[in-house]
Amino acid sequence: MRRSPLPPDAIDNTDRAILNQLQAGFPLSRHPFAAAGAGLNLSEEDLIARIGRLREIGAITRFGPFFDAEAMGGAFCLCAMAVPQERFEDVMISVNAHPEVAHNYERSHHFNMWFVLACERPEDIEVVAKRIEDETGLAVKRFPKLKEFFIGFQVKL
Amino acid sequence: MIDATDRKLIAATQGGLPLTPEPYATVAGWLGLAEDDVINRFSIMLEGGIVRRIALAPNHYALGIAANGMSVWDIADDKAEALGEQVGALPFVSHCYLRPRALPEWPYNLFAMIHGHDRDEVEAKRAEIAAVLGTACRANDILYSTRILKKTGLRIQAPGA
Repeated sequence: MRRSPLPPDAIDNTDRAILNQLQAGFPLSRHPFAAAGAGLNLSEEDLIARIGRLREIGAITRFGPFFDAEAMGGAFCLCAMAVPQERFEDVMISVNAHPEVAHNYERSHHFNMWFVLACERPEDIEVVAKRIEDETGLAVKRFPKLKEFFIGFQVKL
Repeated sequence: MIDATDRKLIAATQGGLPLTPEPYATVAGWLGLAEDDVINRFSIMLEGGIVRRIALAPNHYALGIAANGMSVWDIADDKAEALGEQVGALPFVSHCYLRPRALPEWPYNLFAMIHGHDRDEVEAKRAEIAAVLGTACRANDILYSTRILKKTGLRIQAPGA
């Protein structure tokens, strides 16, 4: 995924309108690009071409259905570790080697390593967290979600 | 619940929809299903919350919204749910969860991810959240990510794959 900013002229106002409209939703119908394009004054063909270009230049991370892995029977758990600075790289390699570690971030805090365990079977969360504790000799703090709040996140571009 | 055909459909589309005039028909063709069946299955999964939405996700980093911070708050338990609803509804919060504390080192139970163009904007938004929470907030902190160590996401296997 592209993490550096695009030059300001990489997208025009029509692209911005596409990003703003389609982050809210994309139709589930036989000709969804024609339906979505109608609201943007774009033909089916033009909308497809523009989304393809936005994807190519890295302005889009994802286009399609967003699945809730928990609703599919999977489980997530946010975990944190306080890793001594001199061991950080070794612990990172050991943690990242687990395929259940979906993402892992270094953060500026006493708890400096934050990762998400994603498992298809909920009981595997504990198994993997224990295994990481055994391998590293460090405590893995578990922060499972108790409640998720409805999100109104929409970035105006 | 989802069946084996739903799982195939999920596996086929978790990377994205094809950019064809009739994308659901294209996906149906891959899986040997009818277009109506694909549309119907997505519709049921949307209703059941298995599909949260069908949409486009802008790349915030590429579009200049590069700063994000995990803000964390210690909120009195009896007020946490109601206040969490209000914080989650703010337009700059992309994730908002209630989680257990890890006392004594970690007193925070409300987590809200804040996005902005730079850290000054993130800090201004953090102050907006503090204003929403008022005296119900006993302590707070913000953790900025300094490095991405891994990012793959959950991948569901197709049956038999």
